[in-house]
Amino acid sequence: MKCEELLAMLNEYVDGTVDPTICEEFEKHMAGCNPCQLVVDNIRKTITLYKAGRPYELPAQFHGRLHDALREKWKEKHKSK
Amino acid sequence: MTTRVAAETTDAELVQRAKAGELDAFEMLTTRHERRVYSLAMRMLRQEQDAEDITQQTFLSALENLDGFRGEASFSTWLLRIASHAALKVIRKRRGLETVSLEAATEASEHFDSIPHPEFIADWRQSPEQLVRKHEIQRLLDEALARLDEKHRLVFLLRDVEGLSIRETAEALDLSEANVKVRLLRARLQLREQLTQTLGDPATQVVRSHPHEH
Repeated sequence: MKCEELLAMLNEYVDGTVDPTICEEFEKHMAGCNPCQLVVDNIRKTITLYKAGRPYELPAQFHGRLHDALREKWKEKHKSK
Repeated sequence: MTTRVAAETTDAELVQRAKAGELDAFEMLTTRHERRVYSLAMRMLRQEQDAEDITQQTFLSALENLDGFRGEASFSTWLLRIASHAALKVIRKRRGLETVSLEAATEASEHFDSIPHPEFIADWRQSPEQLVRKHEIQRLLDEALARLDEKHRLVFLLRDVEGLSIRETAEALDLSEANVKVRLLRARLQLREQLTQTLGDPATQVVRSHPHEH
């Protein structure tokens, strides 16, 4: 398996959605290739880190302002009905 | 008339109730998803005021167009779609780009052949589980994300952070799945590159004097 082919399938391999035959090719290649193993490992860890990040907190009072705006809009919308 | 909303009520049920005229149901939906939408907006725009504006626009838009929402995609995916387009619009405006045609022009060059190969390759010193407990890590992650082209950043945020499928991401952004895949790969590789420079153990660094041969 050539480098470009591997790169093109990297997403699927990391996500575990790759075709089993291609998966075999991948693993064969990686068995003899430390850099590729590391790259795949790095990518998995990168995704894990970002997934583990917590959402931002809303700035103070934004929640209140947002809901006020929604209520205003709701009133408008339902008035004209 | 106000009705109490139980915590276990699904989004789909809340949408039905909101469509039937229950404001409380819509507010509950908002409360459930506002941080998520705000986070996406913050990661795309890096400015609180802009992120607030996008968040507000998103929910107001959802409210206005609720009747037309048929539930083919999930409500949260729909929100992320609205927020994504709004965020891209702000970014384009910041750059003074008038039309979307510039986007289309660069699209042709998005192909797997042009993906840069990884350069800095090393094993990370710590596991993600260890890293997440550190305060500095969030800043490192945000900085790396900020350096991505917004097209790639957005795909990464929707697919890898928000967990949308490739197909949902493509639909949310009006892109082909092939396009989404290329952008996702670029994002992942670029983030990997940056994070590895900081988190990689230099003792394990792979030094190659020649390009990959097999």
